Amino acid sequence: MRLTIAATCLSLGCFSEGVAAEWRLNLQPGISEISRSVFDLHMLIFYICVAIAVVVFGVMLWSIIYHRKSKGAQAQHFHESTLVEIIWTLIPFVILIAMAFPASKTLIEMYDTRDSELTVQITGYQWKWRYQYVGEELDFFSVLSTPAEQISNQQPKGEHYLLEVDKPLVLPANRKVRFLLTSNDVIHSWWLPALAVKKDAIPGFINEAWAQPQQPGLYRGQCAELCGKDHGFMPIVVEVLAETEFDLWLAAAKAVKSDAAQAAQRAWTLEALLARGESVYKLQCAGCHQAEGTGIAGVFPALKDSPLILTDREGHIRTVLHGKPGTSMQAFAKQLDSVDLAAVITYERNAWGNNSGDSVSPQEIQTLLRP
Amino acid sequence: MSQIPTKPLIRVRSLVVAALLMFGFGFALSPLYDVFCRVTGLNGKVTRNGPLAETVVIDKARLIRVQLIAVNNEGMPWGFVPQHSAISVHPGEQRLTHYVASNPTAQLMVARAVPSVAPSEAAQYVHKINCFCFEAQTLAPLDSQQMPLVLMIDPQLPDYIRTITLSYTLFDITAQGQSQAAARSIEL
Amino acid sequence: MQTPDQVLNPVNHNHSGPAPGLMRWLLTTNHKDIGSLYLLFSLLMLLIGGSMALVIRAELFQPGLQLVRPEFFNQMTTMHGLIMVFGAVMPAFVGLANWMIPMMVGAPDMALPRMNNWSFWILPFAFSMMLSTLFMEGGAPNFGWTFYAPLSTTYAPPSVTYFIFAVHMMGISSIMGAINIIATILNLRAPGMTMMKLPLFVWTWLITAFLLIAVMPVLAGVVTMMLMDIHFGTSFFDAAGGGDPVLFQHVFWFFGHPEVYIMILPAFGIVSQIIPTFARKRLFGYVSMVWATSSIAILSFIVWAHHMFTVGLPLAGEMFFMFSTMLIAVPTGVKVFNWVATMFRGSMTFETPMLFSIAFVVLFTIGGLSGLMLAIAPADFQYHDTYFVVAHFHYVLVPGALFAIMAGVYYWLPKWSGHYYDETLGKVHFWLSFVGVNLTFFPMHFIGLAGMPRRIPDYALQFADFNMVASIGAFIFGFSQLLFVYNLIRCARGGERADARVWEAAEGLEWTLPSPAPYHTFSEPPAIDQPMPQGGR
Repeated sequence: MRLTIAATCLSLGCFSEGVAAEWRLNLQPGISEISRSVFDLHMLIFYICVAIAVVVFGVMLWSIIYHRKSKGAQAQHFHESTLVEIIWTLIPFVILIAMAFPASKTLIEMYDTRDSELTVQITGYQWKWRYQYVGEELDFFSVLSTPAEQISNQQPKGEHYLLEVDKPLVLPANRKVRFLLTSNDVIHSWWLPALAVKKDAIPGFINEAWAQPQQPGLYRGQCAELCGKDHGFMPIVVEVLAETEFDLWLAAAKAVKSDAAQAAQRAWTLEALLARGESVYKLQCAGCHQAEGTGIAGVFPALKDSPLILTDREGHIRTVLHGKPGTSMQAFAKQLDSVDLAAVITYERNAWGNNSGDSVSPQEIQTLLRP
Repeated sequence: MSQIPTKPLIRVRSLVVAALLMFGFGFALSPLYDVFCRVTGLNGKVTRNGPLAETVVIDKARLIRVQLIAVNNEGMPWGFVPQHSAISVHPGEQRLTHYVASNPTAQLMVARAVPSVAPSEAAQYVHKINCFCFEAQTLAPLDSQQMPLVLMIDPQLPDYIRTITLSYTLFDITAQGQSQAAARSIEL
Repeated sequence: MQTPDQVLNPVNHNHSGPAPGLMRWLLTTNHKDIGSLYLLFSLLMLLIGGSMALVIRAELFQPGLQLVRPEFFNQMTTMHGLIMVFGAVMPAFVGLANWMIPMMVGAPDMALPRMNNWSFWILPFAFSMMLSTLFMEGGAPNFGWTFYAPLSTTYAPPSVTYFIFAVHMMGISSIMGAINIIATILNLRAPGMTMMKLPLFVWTWLITAFLLIAVMPVLAGVVTMMLMDIHFGTSFFDAAGGGDPVLFQHVFWFFGHPEVYIMILPAFGIVSQIIPTFARKRLFGYVSMVWATSSIAILSFIVWAHHMFTVGLPLAGEMFFMFSTMLIAVPTGVKVFNWVATMFRGSMTFETPMLFSIAFVVLFTIGGLSGLMLAIAPADFQYHDTYFVVAHFHYVLVPGALFAIMAGVYYWLPKWSGHYYDETLGKVHFWLSFVGVNLTFFPMHFIGLAGMPRRIPDYALQFADFNMVASIGAFIFGFSQLLFVYNLIRCARGGERADARVWEAAEGLEWTLPSPAPYHTFSEPPAIDQPMPQGGR
């Protein structure tokens, strides 16, 4: 019997533990006004719930301790009381109404997307994110950068295991940013806890959300809607920069794009393409086709000894560029620049004993992609 | 023989009918939902299409920014871009713009563009007088085409909306063939 | 007088005991046999679904991929959810209903005994088909038990067709079971057993059965639409053809939210039977219990979109579903207060069914309170699809529905078998389950708030400690169920004889029958003399 009491204490105790160790176990207050008011709302409901739990479990515990047969308790005969029942119907009502006001206020603020200074279009892909700065000619993919060896436990895991990407979304501090969300394939959900933004990215439809980050830094989140095999491997990393730094970054990022265009004009050796191709392959392709090119039987075809790669050079290039409709094989023509495309195709044609010996040049890719 | 067994049979019959009706209701939710979306603008489904029925007074005092977005769905290799990424229009004003689509592949392909509006509250005020959306678009290999769009923002648009985003998602429907393209292409 | 059983089953009339051999079980139309079949089936499914949960927890024991690949992990989460919801919890409740409702209302059998046989025997076929997908090319369904389109249509493995037919079959089974229960309760009550004298287990099941008839066909509708999208070129959920993936979620949750009450209302009923017995005091607020159950059922039809706060509903929709969801706290609160008031100033003893029932009240309340937090739309943006939600619904379904089922089994087992189960073993089972459940699911609140999404096979290092604790808890909970199975087998074979009343203060028609209950009971309707059967005196 004493155990029952202990059990009830335990469940109550866990609640208070949650409060004491808030810094590790709780929601983060975040870096915007909205995220802080969401946090306050969360704490308010939480305390109300704890108070209700203390009262209800308190009465129950009292009964369990004192109103037990072994202590000689005699059962009373009351079994209804209209007054009591009305009271305990009304009290929750009042509490709920009190909670509805701050909740509605925050909700209305969250829906006010007016007067944004920057619009970022976020598109979910299986399994990466694409960020387009609307009207700024800047467009890139953001892919998990944790090495496969860490995931398969062959290397020690880094500090930001599974929460790191090759290129984070960069946002300015103190400017209102509007997000337009959509998807390329299935439903994804873009979630950054520090901004209290979680919105579904739905194919064919566009959703909007906004945020005004106030504190520069790196913030991490994850896809929050099951989107297939690598749902757990498409993190979101946002870098918030001070306003002036952001403007510099934006200009530089656009310049890098034209650098890339120049790189594509250069002549590339087979070795240089292979080296670059290996890193592109690990980031973009190894998730499905596996690091050793073995694929997964029945789901993702093997590239090692693949008849397509060994006998149909054109077909291989076309598949990488335009994907394979009706399968998970995406069109990479828009996701990668021509150097990366050339490099990864070259790598696939020569790695794991494929040894075709031939290389594909960035110029060749550009010719193919020119309408 | 007692009376009891006949009564449950009547009851059972009505319960079976109720179950069948609920099965039908599941399907009825599909058109009901479309009606619901039309009324509330839910999901940014664009609701009004076709030529204007009456003349609309242009509201010169307000200027609405319309952002035009193009999205390619999975496995859609076409180039697909708006002529302008954003245009400014007065409510009531008819404006022509277009999207450019190009087919870089060696096959004839059929595509369909599906529109969506954000914020969803604005959807019912976006009037597309002429639109390429929902109709199957066919492009020969290496061909490209301008796809015109004439739109008008209803002057009834609530004051708090100043920016409207109109997005088109391009789907590859080559496999499905053109026959079925018309099936649900009735403008929603 | 002929009983309805005999009228509807001319084949079966005029024998007092079961036919021997396997055919007894295949052809049985006896509510007690069918009840046992349902309960054994659900126990089997509980063990299968539980093993899948252990695969999930074993993979999540440490960060990194150790045991299974992500695609198989997704199949495990999907199958675990489907099997537990449709294979373990729902059939267990139908089994208890089959055993107890005729005995509680003074009926000789269920109203439609032959249909009863069909509705059970569909299930093994449905679940064999469901489980067989695990061995198919491309694997079992991997899109979560909520099977959102287009992941479950355009992007689904080929086995999705088998999944759809399995869902159809179990839907038909549930609907037939529900029709049978309604007809039994409304038509076969003993004379004098008025509606407001019905035990609460019967009341909650009556309301549940109406919910089943209202929403199982909608589920059948939604999977049929999926089938048509996949195979017949329609575009209900495909944006390319003018459909809408969000429509899928609306239709699914129109089924899905009442479904979660289908899984908890009978549990409310069971606990409302057990607490008065062991508190030796009549249930407090019987009438308000009936009203609260009905209002929860009605409200369940207008709250579905609280599962979809992040899909981009318009502000007005968001507000409506937030307020209607918060409203559910009122009748639910009334029920919890009534249980506590029943214990208050009682004369309590703590046998295993009572321990499970008390744990139910405490832990279900914790699940209810986290549900209230989830109802607050702006906060839900942070909770949605994280482990906080996983913690919430497991608190409602494991120490909620499952504990109530176990409480009910321990409570009625002596009536079924004629023997008491081993009380010490029962208590050990309870305490191991209680500790296991809380170790498993309480830390999930914290990892959810800290930012871990649900349905991921691998996670960031900051979530590692609590995941390890949760996995240890899951194994304690999982393996302690073997004690339950052992205790059941021992009790079926023998043990201390139970008298008709079984429990000192048990009240109700079922306790007027000898233990074990004879194969045919109440062939003559009993006389109803108590003012109210549940704990009344």
